[in-house]
Amino acid sequence: MGNAEFLIEALTGQLRELLTRRGITDPALVGIHTGGVWIAERLRQRLGITTPLGQMDIAFYRDDFSRIGVHPQVRPSELPFDVDNRHIVLVDDVLYTGRTIRAALNELFDYGRPASVLLAVLVDRGGREVPIEANAVGTRLQLPASDQIELIGPDHLQLRIQTVP
Amino acid sequence: MSDYHIQLDRQDRLVHFLTVEGLTHRHLTEILDTAESLRGVAERRIKKLPTLHGKTVVNLFFEASTRTRTTFELAAKRLSADVLNLNIATSSAVKGESLLDTLRNIEAMQCDMFVVRHEQSGAAEFIARHVKPHIAVLNAGDGRHAHPTQAMLDVFTIRRHKPDFPNLSVAIVGDILHSRVARSLIHALNILGAGEIRVIAPRTLLPAQVETLGVHPCHDPRQGLRDVDVVVMLRLQRERMEGALLPSEAEFFQRYGLTEERLALAKPDAIVMHPAPINRGVEIDSRVADGPQSVILEQVTNGIAVRMAIMSITLGHHARSTEENA
Repeated sequence: MGNAEFLIEALTGQLRELLTRRGITDPALVGIHTGGVWIAERLRQRLGITTPLGQMDIAFYRDDFSRIGVHPQVRPSELPFDVDNRHIVLVDDVLYTGRTIRAALNELFDYGRPASVLLAVLVDRGGREVPIEANAVGTRLQLPASDQIELIGPDHLQLRIQTVP
Repeated sequence: MSDYHIQLDRQDRLVHFLTVEGLTHRHLTEILDTAESLRGVAERRIKKLPTLHGKTVVNLFFEASTRTRTTFELAAKRLSADVLNLNIATSSAVKGESLLDTLRNIEAMQCDMFVVRHEQSGAAEFIARHVKPHIAVLNAGDGRHAHPTQAMLDVFTIRRHKPDFPNLSVAIVGDILHSRVARSLIHALNILGAGEIRVIAPRTLLPAQVETLGVHPCHDPRQGLRDVDVVVMLRLQRERMEGALLPSEAEFFQRYGLTEERLALAKPDAIVMHPAPINRGVEIDSRVADGPQSVILEQVTNGIAVRMAIMSITLGHHARSTEENA
């Protein structure tokens, strides 16, 4: 179990620098349920972004419906701003196969046509199965496929790494 | 064990949706919560989710109903499924083809879901027992028996306005005897722990021993409507008049019709519901139907999200069962 708050500091710094470099002054943040929403809210506060936070549950966009069906605790997606011509920052806790981000991009584009999309993740654990990379990363970890990494929250965010038998 | 255990798989998951009877609080809550997530889709620019992309849904209607069929069709299309509408009432049944032959023929077209409406009670269950194992069956109304998706959209609408079910008082008014809507709604409200359910109707339109369903019967709307949170008006089927169960539409309206005066007996923030289409001036006054307490059109909107939820849940569970047994 490791404290994740200092990783958020690192991620905030990277994202701030990236937005400055690109001349993006008013981005809209979209967190992917559940961990991504917790991180996105912290980033929004630290970066002083006034646009309300967007939240997405990508359950209906997953590519494994024909194997596992719909997650029983799916939450509503909510983007309380106009996506058209907006610079969007997608935020998730762990980047692994990249399939969640693929689904999130599809969902995002069903709301409108953003000016650009950036991806910020707390942890990049490698293991990509689709060609997707993050623009800002809190930390990179090399983990065997048998390890599961999970963000515990919503207060005092902590990362838990477990070996699944 | 319930006769309808066929709608659950060995892990107790919903794989068909034939009746609310025998289901648990958890089953119904899963449908309601999923529908809540799907409700926002209609407000997006692209009103479509890819969830059932590549699946084929067949609307198998042995009894005509444009309205119900349309909401199932729209629900399936918003989930990216392909939809086939078959109005059997006007085709093969007339030619003397048996139900099983009809079924085998449609199955051969590689379908994934049947939405069934039939004038015979138990028809959807019969079909669920005879279809290939990968096909999910939804009951869109069978005889006097059940109309479970209507009940779910009703409780979904109630929950959005009045989430405190233990303290909820609901009055259902009209032809309880012949109403599959009333039967399914009563089961759903009881499973979700609604505080009190009253059924208000003339004696001729109440089933014998209606109390055993967990409701309080009442013949006088002046008593029955007092302090309720929700008033559900049922559609009066005109053909019942001919069966001598009712004197006349005018007399029914006079004794049971929902007027502003009668609605004033309910709580000031009570909501008015109706499965539609309404008979203006028969069971409900236009001023009430179009008034501020009416949520009748909201029910129609919610019906799409609820049917999307039931479709994605049942087909998702089929997929899961197949995967586990593979």
